[in-house]
Amino acid sequence: MRRRAGALVALLPLLGACSYQHYQSAFGNAAVEARQFNILFVIFLVVCATMYLAVIGFLIAGLMRRRRTGNANVIEDRRHHESDPLMRSGLIGWAALVGSGLVALAIASFVADRSMAGAAAHEQLSITLTANQWWWDAQYNAADSSKTFHTANELHLPVGVPVRILLNSNDVIHSFWVPSLAGKQDLIPGRQNDISITPRKVGLFRGQCAEFCGAQHAHMALVVEVESYADFLKWWRHQLQPAPSPATPLALAGYNFVTGRNCSACHAIGGTPAGGTVGPDLTHFASRRSIAAGTMAMSTGNLYGWVADPQALKPGTKMPTIGLEPDQLHAVVAYLETLQ
Amino acid sequence: MNEPATVRDEDERLARERRKIARDGPKLNGAKLEARLGQTWRRPPGILGWLATVDHKEIGRRYIITALLFLAAGGVLALLMRLQLARPDNNLIGAQRYNELFTMHGSTMMFLFAVPVMEGVAVYIIPLMVGTRSTAFPRLNAFSYYMYLFGGLMLWIAFALNIGPDIGWFAYTPLSGPQFSPGKRADIWAQMITFTEVAALAAAVVLFCTILKTRAPGMTLARMPLFAWAMLVVAVMIIFSMPSVALASSMLISDRLVGTQFYNSFEHGDALLWQHLFWFFGHPEVYIIFLPATGFVSVITETFCRRPIFAYPIVVLSLVSTGILAFGLWVHHMFATGLPRVGYSFYTAASMTVAIPTALQIFCWLATMWDGRPRLAVPMLYVIGFIVTFVIGGLTGVIIASVPLDLELHDTYFIVAHFHYVLIGGAVFPLLGIITYWYPKITGRMMSERLGKIDFWMIFLGFQLAFFPMHFAGLLGMPRRVYTYPAGLGLELPNLLSTIGAFVVASAVLLFVVNGIVSLYRGAVATANPWGAASLEWATSSPPPVYNFAHIPVVESRTPLWDMVGELPVVTGLRVDDKEMLLTTVVAATPDVREPVPEPSLWPFIASVAVGIFFISSIFSPWAVVFGAIPSAIALIAWFWPKEIKRHPEPVIS
Repeated sequence: MRRRAGALVALLPLLGACSYQHYQSAFGNAAVEARQFNILFVIFLVVCATMYLAVIGFLIAGLMRRRRTGNANVIEDRRHHESDPLMRSGLIGWAALVGSGLVALAIASFVADRSMAGAAAHEQLSITLTANQWWWDAQYNAADSSKTFHTANELHLPVGVPVRILLNSNDVIHSFWVPSLAGKQDLIPGRQNDISITPRKVGLFRGQCAEFCGAQHAHMALVVEVESYADFLKWWRHQLQPAPSPATPLALAGYNFVTGRNCSACHAIGGTPAGGTVGPDLTHFASRRSIAAGTMAMSTGNLYGWVADPQALKPGTKMPTIGLEPDQLHAVVAYLETLQ
Repeated sequence: MNEPATVRDEDERLARERRKIARDGPKLNGAKLEARLGQTWRRPPGILGWLATVDHKEIGRRYIITALLFLAAGGVLALLMRLQLARPDNNLIGAQRYNELFTMHGSTMMFLFAVPVMEGVAVYIIPLMVGTRSTAFPRLNAFSYYMYLFGGLMLWIAFALNIGPDIGWFAYTPLSGPQFSPGKRADIWAQMITFTEVAALAAAVVLFCTILKTRAPGMTLARMPLFAWAMLVVAVMIIFSMPSVALASSMLISDRLVGTQFYNSFEHGDALLWQHLFWFFGHPEVYIIFLPATGFVSVITETFCRRPIFAYPIVVLSLVSTGILAFGLWVHHMFATGLPRVGYSFYTAASMTVAIPTALQIFCWLATMWDGRPRLAVPMLYVIGFIVTFVIGGLTGVIIASVPLDLELHDTYFIVAHFHYVLIGGAVFPLLGIITYWYPKITGRMMSERLGKIDFWMIFLGFQLAFFPMHFAGLLGMPRRVYTYPAGLGLELPNLLSTIGAFVVASAVLLFVVNGIVSLYRGAVATANPWGAASLEWATSSPPPVYNFAHIPVVESRTPLWDMVGELPVVTGLRVDDKEMLLTTVVAATPDVREPVPEPSLWPFIASVAVGIFFISSIFSPWAVVFGAIPSAIALIAWFWPKEIKRHPEPVIS
């Protein structure tokens, strides 16, 4: 059944998705949850397509059987109240067919839902994801609080390990959605939701906020890197480290600026006096793949642009344009790039 | 039996007076009757007469034209959005402006086009269809139109002044609350809702009473046209669903204006409360738009297949059960909010159940085509387009009723595709069909058949091109309400196709308008019944006289004009020197009482202006609720001031 279903999907142009490596696609199949979606979707698609063909077949037959041409609006022999006896049994048959089809689909849906809820029970990694206008704060939880750390707009998950992500919001309603891994779940202020994911493929997957959350809703993305357990541990240990000390005079100037006034009010950098919690944690900022929640790729040029004028690149973002002098800008960027 | 002489004398005197009253009948008919009725029913001349009119045909026409203008305006916004989304990382329209565009598009289409246009068509055609001279409560009807007009104007003027809403047509709290939407944008949206609610509730009451009490003698509930059934169900649905959004938007306004905390979770309010209240209205709203369209489909199918709709009782029961089930589905808009999962299963089952009555209705239309002899005139083409398109939307609706599937698809372009298939395929196609169909009745001329056919194919194919690729965009991970998307996700092609399709649809709509305007002057002159249809609106001239029918028709079957032998039977005896209509009983439609019809009056207009000022100024100050109520109360008191009773109420059989 599964192989046939797979073949059927392959027939569909839907598989154009393949050429994009399932970076952000509901057919990503990269976690147990997304796989459940795929199987269920194919079942629904087959049943619905069959019903559709039945309707269209009946429509064509009905139109062609005794089609009139010309403009005459005749009433035939006052027999317009009669109907084909076939239609009466047809109606009963159709009702039975539609009813049983829907019951079958409802059962399939319920079974898939229960099995996903069952798979969610044994999590081994816990992350608290907090949404903000318009970025994601991720806290990797550990029983030992010294092993808890924050990162932003990027998650790393070990393949094959069930993870539970607790979902909160600091402002409005957002929705966490990484299509290749699982369905979405809202982050609602004043409520705590959660979602369970068991990744089954190594790779890089993109997600983005799926509930309209204000001006920059379009630029509230995050990436999820699913890696081997060993790679994950390496990353995890690195994240626990404080930020490296600045080594060059330029980076030191940047360090002084960043930890001095404007930046540290909002941003935290581990191992430095910067301890703000309003904006993303910057401890390993330069090791991330994007700037400003997926607004642009991490690169020196983009970093210059972002630090110089965030309001131009992401209008409405909570990060103000503070008007840095050129030498300050060079220094800040040089320091930020050391935050590997 | 020995009555006092005085009473008997008084009775005789009254009977003599009654005999003097001019009534339609064997002694008064033909051109003489028409002239007298025309004199009695005509509205006062001039601009004041225009504002004071209570003629349902004039009000219905204004409703339809206004709604179509809002459709055009909302469509232009859609084109702007499609231009912005034509290619990735586009910067044509900024984030803020884009958010205003989709908010205005959704709000305009749902509140200012889709529901009002259905009400407008019904206000125009229902009294003709059920064979009477006026709607019930014609002044309330006029009030309804003005409230709708003012609400729509307020929203669009605000948009033009750059204080238009930017919070989505669903205005989820807390984003729409005072903390995250400072300024007046959200208040404008919420107050527009108040206007359209008042208008829709008024129109619903008018239609409900018109359908139940003014039907022609003999038009029992079991002989009522299916469009009237659809509007009856819709009227009840409006009456039950609108108060929910009225409550929700009033609480939002009070959160914003006087600092209540209904939706503020940081102060022990609840952000999700809004979603429950909004969707308890919002889901039935979809059926409020769709059910009238099923009525259109029934009307067109019947006429062009020369058959009454197959299994009439099944269709009626489908309408009624859809109307009931529609109130049990709202949580399927909230599958991702983290409510208890087992509870969700109930809403999955309910959402799938609602497919059954719709599937049965579709079977009945197809069986009518099978039994009948279909002719593919333009309205019938739209019915075919409706079935081909709407069924796709219905089936994707079954897909997203499933929780595990919806969690992936919710709030993506798959949903955008789904509801445009349902709303454009399911409601706009039948609407365009019915406009073509009733155009000769309303204007007295036919629309061009040739242009109509070109137009149908452009709209149908353009629609598929615009919206089918959106299914793929959604599956490829494109969320709704994003003003741009990055390159490299595979979203370029579907978005470009959608943009091209949108422009094809837009040019087709333009062609439809051209056809409508040109045919107004050049179209072939229509006879009373150009399509050879069966229902009563075709029993009077095209366009109908101001009093609709010279004599009230009598109905003996579901298809009166097909079953009549010779002339249509009529009842006579209504006054011609005064506006009067015949009320009949609710179920059996036996004659009940003669009812005086209100004269034209400026008070509904004045009342709507007073209430409009009250609503708009309460955006800015809570004191407006107190002081604004005073002129509104004065206007209503003047409107309802008891008139001198000119005559005794008379039973029908005296």
